Amino acid sequence: MTVGIVAFPGTNCEQDVAYALESLGAKTVTVWHRESSLDGLDAVVLPGGFAHGDYLRTGAIARFSPIMAAVEKLAAEGRPVLGICNGFQILCEAGLLPGALIANRDLKFICRPAHLRVESTDSILTRAATIGQVLTIPLNSYEGNYVPGPEAPNAVLRYCDPDGNVTEAANPNGSAEGIAGIANGAGTVAGLMPHPERAIEDFMASTDGRVLLESFIASVEATPAGVASG
Amino acid sequence: MKAVVTITRRQEIADPEGATIQRALVDLGYAEVDAVRVNRTVEVSMPGRDREYVLSAVRGMCEKMLANPVMEDFEIEILD
Amino acid sequence: MAETLHRQLGMTDDEFTAVNGILERPPADPELAMYSVMWSEHCSYKSSRVHLGGLPTDAPWVVVGPGENAGVVDIGDGWLAALRIESHNHPSFVEPYQGAATGVGGILRDIFTMGARPVGLWNQIRFGDLSDPHNRYLFNGVVAGIAGYGNAVGVPTLGGEVEFDPVYAGNPLVNVMCLGVLQEEQLVLGTAGPPGTVAVLLGAATGRDGIGGASVLASASFDEAAGAKRPSVQVGDPFEEKKLIEACLDLYDRRLVVGVQDLGAAGLSCAASEPAARAGVGMDLNLDAVHLREPDMTAPEMLMSESQERMMAFVAPDQVEEVLAVAARWEIEASVVGTVAGGDRLRVYHNGQQVVDVPAASLTDEAPILRRPIARPDWMDELWKRTDRQADVPIDVALLGLLDDPALGDRSWVYEQFDHMLFLNTVHGPGRDGSLIRVRGTSKGLAVSTDGNGRVCQLDPRRGAERLVYEAALNVAVVGARPLAVVDNLNFGNPEKPEVMWQFTEVLAGLGAACEALGVPIVGGNVSFYNETDGQDIYPTPVVGLLGMAEPIPSLPEPVTGGMSMLLIGPEQTDNLAGSAYQRVVRGALGGRPTRVDADQGGRTIEFAIRLTHVIHGAVLHDISQGGALMAAVELLIAGGVGAHAEFRSVEQAFGEDPHRFLCLVPANRKPEVEQLALEVGCRIEDIGMTGGSDLTIAGPETINIPLERLRDVWANAISARMHGAVHE
Repeated sequence: MTVGIVAFPGTNCEQDVAYALESLGAKTVTVWHRESSLDGLDAVVLPGGFAHGDYLRTGAIARFSPIMAAVEKLAAEGRPVLGICNGFQILCEAGLLPGALIANRDLKFICRPAHLRVESTDSILTRAATIGQVLTIPLNSYEGNYVPGPEAPNAVLRYCDPDGNVTEAANPNGSAEGIAGIANGAGTVAGLMPHPERAIEDFMASTDGRVLLESFIASVEATPAGVASG
Repeated sequence: MKAVVTITRRQEIADPEGATIQRALVDLGYAEVDAVRVNRTVEVSMPGRDREYVLSAVRGMCEKMLANPVMEDFEIEILD
Repeated sequence: MAETLHRQLGMTDDEFTAVNGILERPPADPELAMYSVMWSEHCSYKSSRVHLGGLPTDAPWVVVGPGENAGVVDIGDGWLAALRIESHNHPSFVEPYQGAATGVGGILRDIFTMGARPVGLWNQIRFGDLSDPHNRYLFNGVVAGIAGYGNAVGVPTLGGEVEFDPVYAGNPLVNVMCLGVLQEEQLVLGTAGPPGTVAVLLGAATGRDGIGGASVLASASFDEAAGAKRPSVQVGDPFEEKKLIEACLDLYDRRLVVGVQDLGAAGLSCAASEPAARAGVGMDLNLDAVHLREPDMTAPEMLMSESQERMMAFVAPDQVEEVLAVAARWEIEASVVGTVAGGDRLRVYHNGQQVVDVPAASLTDEAPILRRPIARPDWMDELWKRTDRQADVPIDVALLGLLDDPALGDRSWVYEQFDHMLFLNTVHGPGRDGSLIRVRGTSKGLAVSTDGNGRVCQLDPRRGAERLVYEAALNVAVVGARPLAVVDNLNFGNPEKPEVMWQFTEVLAGLGAACEALGVPIVGGNVSFYNETDGQDIYPTPVVGLLGMAEPIPSLPEPVTGGMSMLLIGPEQTDNLAGSAYQRVVRGALGGRPTRVDADQGGRTIEFAIRLTHVIHGAVLHDISQGGALMAAVELLIAGGVGAHAEFRSVEQAFGEDPHRFLCLVPANRKPEVEQLALEVGCRIEDIGMTGGSDLTIAGPETINIPLERLRDVWANAISARMHGAVHE
């Protein structure tokens, strides 16, 4: 079972995500954005960074990279597709997840840990967590302010205070309804702004990122190639 | 009265965003695109003031704040 | 015409005569352009060079010392670390966002030029008072520029310092340091290689960036009507730089380059002449092959352009195709622009014509050396005598004033705008004394501290500089690291003033003495002169960047909780407050002569801090610097959310900033272990209190009680409240 990690020019978290997934037992391979196939891979992560410099709009240029057709195909087959930070923005631009991400409420880049409440466990990102669980995971974004589309999104993570209350004061970037992470209806495509790979070891802000990455790995194992519908 | 200010980076100043978009458009199949510049527009509404007044005030705003004179030019269009 | 032209380009008549002598004829315009930029203060160090020779630069672990693009030291087991610091003061005043952004871009190139992957950035930034909206605009723009470039290029910003003083209002300081890590066999130098080697220009297209001077040439020779000022603002493109980093590291991995030189100040002029001079060869440079952003550029403009995100790679002829293929893979442009030649001439061709023919080394080695007059300022004695004894305010009022100061209060408004976690190696990030990152694949940690203090250096440049080195060394020691190497960024006023040159030589003497005493070599530096506005010079503001190594990485400090002994380690604080934050904030004064470093005690304190972190697991250590011991204690209490009962017998005991002292907090039952260790190392130790409760109680001349909550609120708002809503002027 192998996870593809897509690197666009300007992506910078691909090695961090590979390190985190591999330290949790997964096998990974980095895929350059010019490639057009993800054949033989069981899942894919679009990691954080600044694909194409975030020019024009975050994700606006990346979504036309050749690899994105293969990502769409994988998603259509029901295999796990995860976008972290810039990867989440790209999935929204590509229409694989609803809504969009705009500049933070205070027009400042935010790099600090945020508290997140698990809203749903029906997703590749949260299946190993419990509803109501509070996780501490670092944000690292300028455009992290989630704006939903016409339909209500399937929220899986919301910003909250340390006790799990979703309040305006606990919302770091102005996201609608405090949304930090969402999934598609089937829960197979998910995206979040915080970086779970930055919360996996003792010296980091927390080790709460593990439960999200373990959820993802468990989902990959539960959806082996060829078994998924599509 | 409403003023529409277009702020452009001076021709000689690099525009990495424009250059990146240009390359992406060529990649997308628009091979004939040879240059893209990214500009900003700012709309300023000043009701109850005449054209001369608005033009002069908005020019002042551009020089003081809206544009950075060391790297940007601006054009002002007054709409009724 | 040429007579006036060289002056317009900033050359003196003597320098122009020297060029005529070297060439045995008057220089052509493109030649004059090259000499003017290469012999500028910025590139040639002509005012400072004669004084830099005395610094200690050797140690068994120094692989590359001053003179290359960055210093390199051996950290063992086949690994090297590259470090460099540089200023971008003037560009940041003209355009704060782009000035700071391009400063970050430039220092990164110095590091990956050496074959290293940049792993961390530190910034030292100084502004005028935040009550002035223009200073807020500059501060906001510089922080956003560092964030905008550093975050997008994908290198974490791990620490630094911010200071505010009216002396920097017309001349903010922006110094950036970068650290890179590489394996021994990846080291690359800025050499052109043997004749036949091919020069490949990589990265961004060349445009009219940063050529304020060249515009004089262009208009005089080619465009009589041009009255328009050419732009000198350079725009940074972190996206291009990210691709350039990956492309260059890929080239090094494939062993495809003989040498590499980045293009910074003096652009192509420097990238062609310096590597040739180092290799003792000549060079043929073809400007017609340079990829341009604007098609109609003149030869002088191309030679002087400071367009960002460019590198020159020197490649064996049979590997050029492969180099071009690697560049294409990373989606960057590449042009074959030159060939290394036998002999020593640098020849440049434009429109098929030879436009430059000069000895390559004359641009670097024959740059003028100035021996500027030096004189101790006559106001120094007056300054030392100035006593500011006056009725002091109560200790709690003073403490709240210090906590509310933007240079002393919570700086998270700044560093939370910087990605400081990328690469998953940040053990201690910004907001700590020293930053510490792990070197994956080893048990090593690399620690960095950058320190500056213009006020102490104004009062005594030599003592001030010594103190900076000891402070930086202690800052890395408290995270468990042993000092390894120093880079310095020397920010001074106008060197044509003998007083400024005196400050400069005093600072060098102090840096040299302290580094010598600690056995730490200086492996690189940068000099920035002419930091003045309307004739008013800045304080002499040397900045020290010190690299240390921890092996292994010590266990993490425990959270600060109740029941911990507060131990002050180091010599007893004297009655001297000269140059302290207390003097500035509470007394609004500057005077006296700062306490000098005690090399013996300083060395012991550093040794003790390192031992403590490795022996007493979980001990909390914190350097005492601005705001003194009380400030250091309050910072720890705020972090832990716990109060304390502490004793400070006087204002000096509370707020004095005498060098090489630190605080150590351990659970009370472990205090004997610390005392035993102090005895072994020969360090003085003083119990100043105990943590607990929710108030800070200070026993002294009078007993004072303040809720910790109140201290935290004031501290937390020191910058953020002042910057609220400040986005633009």
